[in-house]
Amino acid sequence: MEVRDVIVLNRAGIHARPATMIVDTANRFKSQIFLKKDDLQINARSIMIILTLGATYKTPLRIITEGEDEKEAADAMAALFDSKFENE
Amino acid sequence: MNVLTVLDLLGLNCRSNKDLKLSVAAGRKGLSREIGTSYVNRPGLALSGFFDQFAHDRIQIFGRGELAYLKKMSRDERKTALEKLFAFPIPCCIITSEYDSETDIVEIGEKHSVPILKTELNSSDFSQRIVTVLGDYFAPSEIIHATLVEVYGIGVLLQGDSGIGKSETALELISRGHRLIADDAVKLFALSGEILMGAGANEVTRHHLEVRGLGILNINHLFGVGAIREKKQIQLIIHLEEWNSQKNYDRFGAQDVTKTYLGIDTPFIEMPVKSGRNIPVLVEIAAMNERLKKLGYNSAREFNENMLEWLENKRTRDLYFKNEDQF
Repeated sequence: MEVRDVIVLNRAGIHARPATMIVDTANRFKSQIFLKKDDLQINARSIMIILTLGATYKTPLRIITEGEDEKEAADAMAALFDSKFENE
Repeated sequence: MNVLTVLDLLGLNCRSNKDLKLSVAAGRKGLSREIGTSYVNRPGLALSGFFDQFAHDRIQIFGRGELAYLKKMSRDERKTALEKLFAFPIPCCIITSEYDSETDIVEIGEKHSVPILKTELNSSDFSQRIVTVLGDYFAPSEIIHATLVEVYGIGVLLQGDSGIGKSETALELISRGHRLIADDAVKLFALSGEILMGAGANEVTRHHLEVRGLGILNINHLFGVGAIREKKQIQLIIHLEEWNSQKNYDRFGAQDVTKTYLGIDTPFIEMPVKSGRNIPVLVEIAAMNERLKKLGYNSAREFNENMLEWLENKRTRDLYFKNEDQF
């Protein structure tokens, strides 16, 4: 299991486009990928449930990955948050 | 644990038989006080000066009795009694009976920043409603990755990995006239520890479906208000999964398999997905079969009983005819 702590750095928070990018990134890997906000842990492969997190600017989130490519998946997800969801 | 401030309580969207009909009479500064429990208290004993076991973390309800008692006191006695009461960190006071300005409670509440709320309801109606409303709010809950639909009146929770076709199944069920409660993010509540309810986890995303290739669909606008529902008791859980040839799926259906959420058992079906299997139809049938079971008819068990009876008859018949042949 790999864990990365990230902070939402884009002003608008996690809205539809960042959520889509998270799902697209998650789907590139075989591992299970979760996002955790406070006590709520959700599957990062579903746009709707990511939006449900209501992650606004500066919300701390935890990325949890588990599986054969867990390290790569965690790094890619963390990089996505650090890039403020700007490049595509 | 959820936190509910008095302000949140005023803002709760409760309708019809849950409408609390509250308004603020005094103590706006204290509206950020937290309500920590779903119980309420009648502060009669506390007003008379008895504070042992005083439930100060509960909402204090002032009904006709409490107000009459206050009214009977002299002005100074009343002031002392209320100030003693307000020295406790009580969340708020709610006056249910017709407010009488002679009781000074509004003035003293304002002075101590204790929210004093009024309701149009009488004490017993109000107590009943507030216990239900707070009970719902403080009910143990959990957000899970699943889709919740109502099929022939049965709340069916569809589970399974991403991409297995939960949303597509829901969409087909909706076009067949069933209802959507929530897609992808379902919030489960345990009501009084017995009823498992499900609702959309979020006001904004609920009643939206995300289907690969189509994007996000607003079911309310596409299919009308008849195709959606706010919340529903979960009566059947169906787990969709890739067909696994190594696995033995239930072929007979007489066993009662259940799955537990928040301490409540719900009938559970594992449904393998494979081309040639029309999942929405299977879900419909599973829901109907579940209704039949609820009405007291278990297809699989009945079938088995009939079979046993027939075998028994056949044995006796065989015996009889065999005997006849011997003549």
